[in-house]
Amino acid sequence: MPEQLIWGTEVVLNGLMAGVLYALVALGFVLIYKASGIFNYAQGVMALFAALTLVGIMEGQVPFSHLINAVFGTEVHHFGWHVPALLAILLTMVVMVVLAWAVNTLIFRHLVNQEPIILFMATIGLAYFLEGFGDIMWGSDIKKMDVGLPQGINLAIDDFTFNIFDYGFFIDNLDLVATAIAAALVFSLIVFAQYTKQGRAMRAVADDHQAALSVGISLNFIWVMVWSLAGFVALVAGIMWGTKSGVQFSLSLIALKALPVLMLGGFTSIPGAIVGGLLIGVGEKLFEFAIGSMIGGATENWFAYVLALLFLVFRPQGLFGEKIIERV
Amino acid sequence: MLDAGRTDETLLEVNNIEVIYNHVILVLKGVSLSVPKGGITALLGGNGAGKTTTLKAISNLLRSERGEVTKGSIRYRGDRVQDLVPSDLVKRGVIQVMEGRHCFEHLTVEENLLTGAYTRRASRGDIDADLNMVYDYFPRLKERRRSQAGYTSGGEQQMVAIGRALMSRPETILLDEPSMGLAPQLVEQIFNIVKSLNEKEGYTFLLAEQNTNVALRFAHYGYILESGRVVMDGPADALRENPDVKEFYLGMSDEGRKSFRDVRSYRRRKRWLS
Repeated sequence: MPEQLIWGTEVVLNGLMAGVLYALVALGFVLIYKASGIFNYAQGVMALFAALTLVGIMEGQVPFSHLINAVFGTEVHHFGWHVPALLAILLTMVVMVVLAWAVNTLIFRHLVNQEPIILFMATIGLAYFLEGFGDIMWGSDIKKMDVGLPQGINLAIDDFTFNIFDYGFFIDNLDLVATAIAAALVFSLIVFAQYTKQGRAMRAVADDHQAALSVGISLNFIWVMVWSLAGFVALVAGIMWGTKSGVQFSLSLIALKALPVLMLGGFTSIPGAIVGGLLIGVGEKLFEFAIGSMIGGATENWFAYVLALLFLVFRPQGLFGEKIIERV
Repeated sequence: MLDAGRTDETLLEVNNIEVIYNHVILVLKGVSLSVPKGGITALLGGNGAGKTTTLKAISNLLRSERGEVTKGSIRYRGDRVQDLVPSDLVKRGVIQVMEGRHCFEHLTVEENLLTGAYTRRASRGDIDADLNMVYDYFPRLKERRRSQAGYTSGGEQQMVAIGRALMSRPETILLDEPSMGLAPQLVEQIFNIVKSLNEKEGYTFLLAEQNTNVALRFAHYGYILESGRVVMDGPADALRENPDVKEFYLGMSDEGRKSFRDVRSYRRRKRWLS
């Protein structure tokens, strides 16, 4: 096998792994967009907030410690205990559900039947609020996250490929775990949406708010449920990104990469978010590898957006977007 | 046929309600009506008369459209219901089938029907039995149970919408403009089903309809609305024979067809039941 091909394969594999993380963020977008027509700009910040909260709880950090110390002249920073990862994840999930409830009750309940652009602006506001709130609550320093996920090169794959190609592939264990978890998450979300009563109600609300109301579905309940689900997806994404590159505020910027993912996959399709994420992940890595060096590199920054632009021109509903049913 | 299945028990009592949209637009200016248990009551009138608004005021879908009942009262079985949310009303047995069908277009026909049972805590067996009951009344839906509702015809969508309401095991169905956009033959078919649901299963209907002719043939009692007021009411038979109704709503007159130049404008009067 020629060397180029072998390296190319490794690039594709790594691209797939990176794509999984894009897909996870995009998934949160899709859930909220489908059920409420809200394009949630704050999804990336929710991932950041979830990661911050998780680390804070695990480390036994006192929330709002800077604020408390500044006001009362005290010096509290830590409770002095450590919470096991699993319990901390559960507690973080509770926080995300409370957040979902608060967002719905304080903001979106009052904006029912408003223009999409108004809802979108509200989520931009929410994004900045949440970023600042996370800062005040947990501090702005870069934190290390370790919930016990395996990290580092997977030696089995390295050995295996070395024996075949004389070249060991570098695949990170964390990426493998992320892929497995994302797959499980997507599978359960699809089962939930297709085969449960609440899932069916969620899809009904996505199709027609008024009709859903008329059969007695409570929109508020469904919206809180969907925002909680999105919060859960954000937590998973936050854990993956946090473990990979530390919990820092640039994490919220990954939300932007989810945009082209959505344009590729379609705003309303759960499988679309996944395939879109993988395509962008692979596409940008492969493009950088094959063509990037010829045009000065750093193509990963813009490749996804150009791809999305092409999609907007030729297939605006994305690869898997729901076809707009129009009867004439 | 008049009074078939009708009892004296009043289920729904609307008393002189006023509805305002967006805090400024006055749509209903004192509408009163009562719906007896087991009857088909028709709300008639032209575009913008307030038929849909009246139904939405009862089912309380009004609030999500920035409308509110500012005066008067709505009682169901004697209880004041105008502050309830729609899901509470569905649980009490009042469900609205909205104008223009409003199916969940990306859900299959069967999934659409199942959403109707959302508020019920019934076993899978009970729900399956009700599904079969709906399929008995609408055999067409059984054939199309796996199709996405968005791809079914207008008549089928109307059947889905009615079937979906039946799945909530209601007592009273508020049926808004079932004839809209359907061929006359289909309208007849839908109304016949409504009639047999009323007679055999005992469902009470409050029906808003522009097609006065059809509605008065199937209903027991009718109210005629104009610009947000009830201008006339009476048993369906009496309304059909009324010269004003004939002239203004059925397009008939003793002197044959009239030129629009000779049409009198209708005398409006305000009325209160209380």
